[in-house]
Amino acid sequence: MILYVISVGLSVTMGLMGFINLAHGVFAMAGGYVLSTVMARLGLPFPLALLAAFVAVALGSIVLERLLYSRLYAAGELAQVLFTIGLIYASVALARMVYGTLAVPIVLPDYLRGQLHLLGRDFPTYRVFVIFFAALIIVSLWFGVERTRWGAMVRAAVDNRGMAQSVGINTRLLFMATFALGSGLAGLGGALGADILPVDWAYPFEHLAYFLIVVAVGGLGSLRGPFIAALLIGIADTACKYWVPELGAFLIYLATMAILLWRPMGLFGVRA
Amino acid sequence: MSGYTSDPRIQWPEWLPWVAALAFFFTMPEYLALGSRILIYILFALSLDLILGYAGIITLGHSAFFGLGAYTAGILSAKYGITDPFAGLVAAAATSALLGMATGALILRTKALTLLMLTLAITSILYEIANRASWLTGGNDGLSGVTMAPILGLFKFDLFGRTAFIYCLVALFIGWLVVRRLIYSPFGAMLTGIRENTVRMHAVGAPVYWRLVLVYTISATMAGIAGALLAQVNQFVGLNVLGLEPSGDLLVMLILGGVGRLYGAFVGPVVYLIAQDYLAKAYPEYWYLGIGVLLIVVVLFARGGILGIWDKWLQALSRQTGSARASAR
Amino acid sequence: MAAGALETDRLCKSFGALTVADNISFRLEPGARHALIGPNGAGKTTFVNMLSGRIAPSSGRILLGGEDITRVNQAARVRRGLGRTFQVTTLFRSLTVLDNVALGIAERERVSRRMWKPASRHDEVKDEAMALLRTLGLADDARGVVQDLPYGRQRLVEIAIALGLKPKVLLLDEPAAGVPSQDSGRILEVLGALPGDIAILIIEHDMDVVFRFARRITVLVQGQVLVEGTPEEIGADRRVRAVYLGEAHG
Repeated sequence: MILYVISVGLSVTMGLMGFINLAHGVFAMAGGYVLSTVMARLGLPFPLALLAAFVAVALGSIVLERLLYSRLYAAGELAQVLFTIGLIYASVALARMVYGTLAVPIVLPDYLRGQLHLLGRDFPTYRVFVIFFAALIIVSLWFGVERTRWGAMVRAAVDNRGMAQSVGINTRLLFMATFALGSGLAGLGGALGADILPVDWAYPFEHLAYFLIVVAVGGLGSLRGPFIAALLIGIADTACKYWVPELGAFLIYLATMAILLWRPMGLFGVRA
Repeated sequence: MSGYTSDPRIQWPEWLPWVAALAFFFTMPEYLALGSRILIYILFALSLDLILGYAGIITLGHSAFFGLGAYTAGILSAKYGITDPFAGLVAAAATSALLGMATGALILRTKALTLLMLTLAITSILYEIANRASWLTGGNDGLSGVTMAPILGLFKFDLFGRTAFIYCLVALFIGWLVVRRLIYSPFGAMLTGIRENTVRMHAVGAPVYWRLVLVYTISATMAGIAGALLAQVNQFVGLNVLGLEPSGDLLVMLILGGVGRLYGAFVGPVVYLIAQDYLAKAYPEYWYLGIGVLLIVVVLFARGGILGIWDKWLQALSRQTGSARASAR
Repeated sequence: MAAGALETDRLCKSFGALTVADNISFRLEPGARHALIGPNGAGKTTFVNMLSGRIAPSSGRILLGGEDITRVNQAARVRRGLGRTFQVTTLFRSLTVLDNVALGIAERERVSRRMWKPASRHDEVKDEAMALLRTLGLADDARGVVQDLPYGRQRLVEIAIALGLKPKVLLLDEPAAGVPSQDSGRILEVLGALPGDIAILIIEHDMDVVFRFARRITVLVQGQVLVEGTPEEIGADRRVRAVYLGEAHG
């Protein structure tokens, strides 16, 4: 589920702006670092710290977008791939310099630790919390995109940027805001998942493949797609670990290939 | 550079790299290991430039062929005792060609992100296989015990790497000749057409898909040979010949030198590997930071890489002398 | 009845609930000079895209020289003699004019597969390209880069590439579109001088071009053939006048 929260932002930014942002994992990593720093240094309670992670990363992404990303919108895929790889390298190096090589320690509040007894089985409380939180995000995203005016504008711009512009929608502002949202979500996901997916300096590299898989398989520009994809990956991953531990990630890559070859646009891809 | 209006004769500056390589051989014997590594990566970069710079295929999975070639040559020697260097090269070429053809046929109907993902998936799958099949590949510890018989029965692989260097140099020379022929041929012009405007290529009746599969296979074969050279020269194959890392590094090297211009593949690895040799050991964190920033700067301001800057500088110079001559009249 | 150069048999195309082509049955005779006109959104470009193979029809058949090519892909159709130009200039922008035309000729002559002899030594291709450029008045631009040419000349290169394919049927999608009026005269000359044995279908909005060039006209409205006939018949047809009421001139 963490994968979903992080990746849905990527799906939207890639689908909306057509920009191949491999560095999305960097925003997630940043979220994790912000969470830990804010809780440790400033002593903020967990919920506030999560919010801080979201906001800080979103703001940071706006700066990056204005300064760097926006120059490359029309630059072609190769330039975008290279740029974001460069961004990963640079941020990874910075992270290592500032935070060292160990994973960042997260101290969960007491009420989220331990086990919950549900339906006759024990579940780790935190994981249940994460699932609920992710569900909340999905619902609010769906609501925001399907029902509000902002959502309609985003969908229009995804469909046809030129038309949207001529109808008077300020696409530049829209892109900036949506990019911020997508990156903020990544930060939130990184922070949220920091207990489950430890945040260390190599985070963007380690999980790059998974983020891309979720987005590519789910389909660019869709909200449901990455959700289903993340779900599938999570299930497949766990199933593999139980039954065929020797195969591991291997199976996921194979499945990804199979799905992409069958449906190159992803399961729910928007671009026709 | 390619096309029907280009001049295919070898210009004298094109001999410089070879002269430089030979000079290096005689004057810097302590650095021959690094030298061989550079030569191998130039060959690897040439193979990538063929599909990236000429046909326009963006891939993060080229290490799949490099790694496959390395392991083929390594396993052939370490596990099956076939130590003749050329046998290793031929075997590596065969396996990478097969993989290139198979995967190319499979994935080249897709575009952009999907294609990128698929290339990444393929090299990751190979990485996993190599990791798990440690009985064959040595797994995480790598494959050691790769011994090399003397080339042609005469030239032993010595401790100083002299034989290795010349071996790689000759291989690179042949590779260079092949790529150069290809680029200036009608096939090369056609590849440029595909990169420039795929729709138009379809509309002149070119079977684009099959041509892409063909060039992909050729490129894979070259990359496999480069990998085999690495295995033979180092007498060891590490797991890190597969996966994202070598692909990413190679991409950086090629961009640094300049994509789509034959000699970018020469300049890039030379600059990158020498810099890495000095800096990465001394300041590892700064190395990644530097590369990252450099990449961003190059993409934003110097898309053509070092050779691109060189070109612009030459143009500016000729404009200056042109206007100087004009005003002097 | 002898086979037409190009025929369609009840060609249909729908995108979901939207029908863009409705039972179009059309016949292009060898050596024809045929124009396809209609108001914006009538489905002309979709029709041409189906003919050339960029879009697959929902139903119906397409026949080239009597052979069913409905399932044949774009490149294969070109090899069988069906050429086209694009409404939006689709050229190899950073290559020279000569290269642009040579690529098509090389493809046709099966030279593009050769990997050994340098391209610039393939004189047969270069000479043919130069000869073609001369007939179109582009010889002086041969070594110039396409994107540096004025738009009118780029449209001519577009036609040159198509001619280099030695097509039996040529589809011209608004060849004079966007060309400043002083250059469109050149294009008209070129169109008039096209070899008589090629069957040509031209989509155009410029009625001047249509009436000077075409010997037969088909009017397409909302995906259906409204009427087909000689320029005089079409010019006098009341339904056509009604459709074009408010257009520039008919």
